[in-house]
Amino acid sequence: MIELLPAIGVATLLAAAAGLLLGFAASRLVPREDALVDRINALLPQTQCGQCRYPGCRPYAEAIARGVADTNQCPPGGEETARSLAELLGREPKAVDPLYGAADKPRAIAWIDEEICIGCTLCIEACPVDAIAGAPKFMHTIIANECTGCELCLPPCPVDCIEMRAVTDTGVSRRPRSRLAA
Amino acid sequence: MATPAARGLALPGFKMLAATPPMRTAPPPAVAVLPLNQHTGAPAIPCIHVGERVLLGQCVARAAEGVSASVHAPVAGKVTAIEDRPAPHVGGAPTLSIVIDNDGSDECANALIEPGTALQLAPEVLRERIQAAGIVGLGGAVFPTGIKLTRGPRQRIEELLINAAECEPYISCDEAALRERAADLVRGVAVVLHALTAERCTIALEADKTRAIAALQQALAAAADARIGIRIVPPIYPSGAERQLITLLYGREVPADGVPTDIGIVCQNVGTVLAIADLDTNGLPLIERIVTVTGHGVRQPANVVVRLGTRIGDLIEFCGGYTADAARLIMGGSMMGIALPHDDLPVVKATNCLLVASDQDLRPRSPEMPCIRCGECATVCPAGLLPQQLHWAARERDLDGLTRLGLEDCIECGCCDYVCPSQIPLATRFRSAKGMLCERSETRERAERAGHRYDVRAQRLEAAAAAREQRLKEKRRSARRPADADPDPGPDR
Amino acid sequence: MSDLIVILVGTVLVNNFVLANFLGLCPFVGVSGRYQSAVGMAFATLFVLTLASALSYLVERYALAPFDLEYLRTLSFILVIAAVVQFTEIAVRRMSPVLHQVLGVFLPLITTNCAVLGVALLNVQRSHTFLESLAFGFGAAAGFALVLTAFAALRERLRGAAVPLAFRGAPIALVTAGIMALAFMGFAGLVRS
Repeated sequence: MIELLPAIGVATLLAAAAGLLLGFAASRLVPREDALVDRINALLPQTQCGQCRYPGCRPYAEAIARGVADTNQCPPGGEETARSLAELLGREPKAVDPLYGAADKPRAIAWIDEEICIGCTLCIEACPVDAIAGAPKFMHTIIANECTGCELCLPPCPVDCIEMRAVTDTGVSRRPRSRLAA
Repeated sequence: MATPAARGLALPGFKMLAATPPMRTAPPPAVAVLPLNQHTGAPAIPCIHVGERVLLGQCVARAAEGVSASVHAPVAGKVTAIEDRPAPHVGGAPTLSIVIDNDGSDECANALIEPGTALQLAPEVLRERIQAAGIVGLGGAVFPTGIKLTRGPRQRIEELLINAAECEPYISCDEAALRERAADLVRGVAVVLHALTAERCTIALEADKTRAIAALQQALAAAADARIGIRIVPPIYPSGAERQLITLLYGREVPADGVPTDIGIVCQNVGTVLAIADLDTNGLPLIERIVTVTGHGVRQPANVVVRLGTRIGDLIEFCGGYTADAARLIMGGSMMGIALPHDDLPVVKATNCLLVASDQDLRPRSPEMPCIRCGECATVCPAGLLPQQLHWAARERDLDGLTRLGLEDCIECGCCDYVCPSQIPLATRFRSAKGMLCERSETRERAERAGHRYDVRAQRLEAAAAAREQRLKEKRRSARRPADADPDPGPDR
Repeated sequence: MSDLIVILVGTVLVNNFVLANFLGLCPFVGVSGRYQSAVGMAFATLFVLTLASALSYLVERYALAPFDLEYLRTLSFILVIAAVVQFTEIAVRRMSPVLHQVLGVFLPLITTNCAVLGVALLNVQRSHTFLESLAFGFGAAAGFALVLTAFAALRERLRGAAVPLAFRGAPIALVTAGIMALAFMGFAGLVRS
């Protein structure tokens, strides 16, 4: 029995040393989960529509980081976002799950029919990016450049005066057609 | 530093088709159609109304905010419409255009500058006048010249480079201009040097343009301007591309995310400088340009001075009309031109060449075959890219990979296309891939803005809730101390 | 000094642990899908192998040998390796949460990487000195890192290639690895061992 003492002693000492080192490391090197969530959030379209079943894009990003949500729950982001998310996290790319909505719909923004609008501000409260200008009993209008097409303003409207309209090209030419000569 | 050899292809030029006969001038059109987006940047905004009479050279659409250019009336007459009309650009979507009926008077509007006084104007004023004249890069890029010249003087401009290389097959408008209007070009160079406050100018020509070189040398000798020199480059396509030409002549590379002014060079096309010379001569804005009408499908190919807005079909009629072999109508040269669906389109500022191609002019295209990894495309690419790798990445729609491989530096010259034994339409693929990249960066920008607004809104709601909490606390506190706060004692006290 | 160089060249090229000794194949095939994650894995393994090699030498020399406890070698080496790997995982999680997500389970699996334990045991078997153990461990890891990143780069190229359906995925990866192993056989005889 006594011959085992050195063995037990050495093994215990080694284990204790390892434990101390790891404990020290774990307490000093606290993980910064935010960095991962930020990277994931940067790939999302920021529509804040909630189609992924989370109240906004950042909560969805946090859920992905925690591992409880999959990368294919964002229809406004489409296949492109699902692929970028899968690539960032080293997972297999998946097609957007139709359970959460139709992916890659043509871009549309909201439009308020001013004849019918009663100025109740319910849509202004609902808009997650403050893209509706207006005040109580005053005309409401959509700020077209800021509307993300999330459709969260449609349900609250009591007179159903908001509809989605497809967006057309502005006609701004971004690159020269030909780079030959000056 | 030893200058590198030109990368690209030595292509059969076919330039003598249109360059041999003397330059002609087309009559003014009966109806001028002016698309408002015939330049890089935001479309111009109409500043006249339907029914108004306009004079020749009057501004009919002013430049929008940011990068934009104005559009001027090429004829005097009545504005009959401001509406969507088909226009000659990639996609061919109808564009807002101004339609003017020519009344035949050619009555001129007020001159933009006093003729002959360009060199007396202050450089900033001169640049602003050039911008007001709607002058854009006439080599095909149609970038607003006034803005290009204005970006320059913030950094020191060492050299003005006049790009007379004109390397693409079939196009010879710059060569014709040099042969017949070399003196005007030299005068224009002096004006541009004054606008840039630069001291040196080099005019670059390809070696095979012997008559143009002779004419230019004569004009330079007559002007005796020691600031201007000529340099000859080998006739390799696409040495006339701005960045490739600069690397060829000076051995320096324009940074990928920058412009030539970043290394002290401003590059201008011959046609652009001639337009500036015309502005000095008669004070008129850009209302006409030289167009090469060529190809085996037109009876009398020639270089023609034509007013903007002229119907392309009428211009081809002026050049003898179509032959029986005419197969396709291309705006541009045989490498980078775009096919037009019909000839009922107007001549715009970017129309440097109209190639009426017969089967003799066009290579037959067989269906695309799989890539055999021969590597010929990489050998000829003038931008030093790897078209084969770009092809694989484009197939995968791997946008990050495409960016890493330098897709942004592709000048769409079509050399890789030309040499590919499997007939893969590489240049077209890369163009649409660039469109995808553009779309993605726009989407990301929008997403960032939306995310920012969301955060600001969340903060505002939090602040409002906190303020409410605070007010509630105050109310409760004041309710608990009625002797201090409540002036009205309760009924039980 | 020269024998240290001989050890380094030997472990990196001639007797490459992955391609000549066929150790550490699990992370080799598992993490080589993306170049970025392969580079991260390479650095993690480099750190673990070198440190574990040094620590296991010290444990053998000062804790096991003096007390005739050689029979505890496997146990204590695994303990040391597991501790180093866990420490590395904590460090990676702190420095790059994305890399931690991407590597996933392969990071703690470095513990079971036969190359790590193999290096530690071979050090004892060949009676290396401390410096030689350090060089051996570093060389083995450098060789692993070299072939892992090369393999990852090859696999990235293969992603867009027109691979026949039957070969897509693991089969073409293994064929590529086999050809790489053949190529590395060219180094045989470079170092007299």
